[in-house]
Amino acid sequence: MAEKDIILETQNLGISFGGLKAVDDVNLKIKRRALYGLVGPNGAGKTTVFNMLTGVYQPTTGTFLLEGEPLLGKTQEQINRKGMARTFQNIRLFNNMSVIRNVLVGLHNQPEFKYNPITGMLRMPAYYECEYAMRERAKEILDVFGLRTERNNLACNLSYGTQRKLEIARALATNPKVLLLDEPAAGMNPNETVELMEIIRKIRDDFDLTVLLIEHDMKFVSGLCDEVTVLNFGTTLVQGKTADALSDPEVIKAYIGG
Amino acid sequence: MKRYLSLAKNHFKLSRNINWMLMSVALVFLAIMSDAGLLTRSFTGLLSRIAYSIILAVSLQLVVGFLGELSLGHAGFMCVGAYIGCFTANYLHTVIDSKLLVLVIAMLVGAAVAMVFGFIIGLPALRLKGDYLAIVTLAFGEIVRNIFKNLEIFGGAMGLKTKIYKPSELFIIAFIVAIFTIIFIQNLIRSKHGRAITAIRDNEIAAKAMGINVTYYKLLVFIIAAAFAGVAGVIYGHFTTPLLYTFFSYNYSIEILVMVVLGGMGSIHGSILAAIAITVINFLLQNNLSGDLAALRLLVYALILIVVIIFNNAPALKGVRARFNIRSFIRRFSQRKVIRPSLRYDDSAEWNQIETKIRMDEILTADLPHNEIYTPDPREKED
Repeated sequence: MAEKDIILETQNLGISFGGLKAVDDVNLKIKRRALYGLVGPNGAGKTTVFNMLTGVYQPTTGTFLLEGEPLLGKTQEQINRKGMARTFQNIRLFNNMSVIRNVLVGLHNQPEFKYNPITGMLRMPAYYECEYAMRERAKEILDVFGLRTERNNLACNLSYGTQRKLEIARALATNPKVLLLDEPAAGMNPNETVELMEIIRKIRDDFDLTVLLIEHDMKFVSGLCDEVTVLNFGTTLVQGKTADALSDPEVIKAYIGG
Repeated sequence: MKRYLSLAKNHFKLSRNINWMLMSVALVFLAIMSDAGLLTRSFTGLLSRIAYSIILAVSLQLVVGFLGELSLGHAGFMCVGAYIGCFTANYLHTVIDSKLLVLVIAMLVGAAVAMVFGFIIGLPALRLKGDYLAIVTLAFGEIVRNIFKNLEIFGGAMGLKTKIYKPSELFIIAFIVAIFTIIFIQNLIRSKHGRAITAIRDNEIAAKAMGINVTYYKLLVFIIAAAFAGVAGVIYGHFTTPLLYTFFSYNYSIEILVMVVLGGMGSIHGSILAAIAITVINFLLQNNLSGDLAALRLLVYALILIVVIIFNNAPALKGVRARFNIRSFIRRFSQRKVIRPSLRYDDSAEWNQIETKIRMDEILTADLPHNEIYTPDPREKED
């Protein structure tokens, strides 16, 4: 495996809160265009890994690289601009905005839609050009998720599963290289879950993405991911091909206990 | 250019620009009246006060309603603008003849200096939140006015002597500035930068994760709001003389905040109406309660505020409000009987009006044939 195929790499990533080591020595190597799963029982530190990768927490040990560039110490905004977008375990949409506006916020930093606040205040030509183009782009992104017809509804009025999809759409709007999905299928019914799997595969292909996802639904993970890392108590339990890793006796033991 | 004009035309919606257009119409009307000598001096004075109140309320709305940070120091920015602007104006009057030009330059100077202070206050706003920021801004307002009180160059406790305008001329300038304030702030809010600002209000963590530069936008909002407050201060300085530090107390900051809250968070129309209403109430109480009754002024004022706030927010009065609000009044006259609340996307969507519940009942009782699939009406509205 050539080095340049690896898009996201973590080296000995770890964090401790006070004396508690929440995550210790996590080494991920995620290939370009991979669908990578991060699984583990509750409290294993999966979301903490996400928070470190997106700059919410600063790791106490180790570092992580996106396309060979170290991103340690960067702020959340900077990391997002470098090409990592995420969704949240507990949905964090902009509830008082319509669906399309949520996506438009995601498009905020795209270089083709740049104009300064003065242009906006005075409504100069660039304002109209950009806003028009932004709306067209947002509608295209909403089309992928089948949300175009919902675009004028308030985000908080959507159903739970649709809110999850909108969150992915919003993250996708920031034009990421790596998409981090925190329990994307939580709260979805089986049909929606299958649909979501299709969508994730489709956006991976269409937008040339790498997807790293946390999920508890093992059917979802085994149906979608090529590789997984199983975490338990902040440490790596098993790493490898999905089918092998999930049938590993250690993993089953960690999940069922005993 | 042609494409730009067509875009501008397509994006123009009357309902979204009604506020400043109505104000322009009112201004033209009042200017003609004033020119014909039909308006009294006290009435034009009231109009000037309304105009600078609108500037203050709309600019504070940007901080409180759209960015979601509580600022109690708006009178402080106004104070800076007023003192520096009027001091410059006093100097310029000896150099330049045109009174209007002097006022415009004074406004720009006042805005620029207030912007600097807005930046200084914006810095702690990045670290502090909610109540803590409110206290810092409150302290800032008090510090600023006490500094000006103790500077002899600005007249000290006696106040700064300013060259006042005739209210019949000032209100026209003040209204024009107010209209431009509304247009600028409204346009800012409806641009992508405004979306970023409201995104920070709605969910700061998500906004950061979407790559929005929270630091930049918080500073930007504080600077813009301060600039407009500074302009309002200059207008105030040309309305009354001497310019006294006592006016800019935290009471006045809170009065501006009351305008914002009364008008509704995140509503520019609302803050304009509230600014007008509060200024008029104050004016009427000041004029009508004279002598011994003057002591009652603040009491009556407070009572009116309490009643209005309760009327606006109490769930028990929802029915009364629904019957007597302007929307339903207009609806009664227009032919659009069918309301589709599921399509409404403003902040005031009301759950009890959502039609889907009724639809569900219809579906359950209508006994649809086995293979027929119920399809709801297609959506109509374009964003």
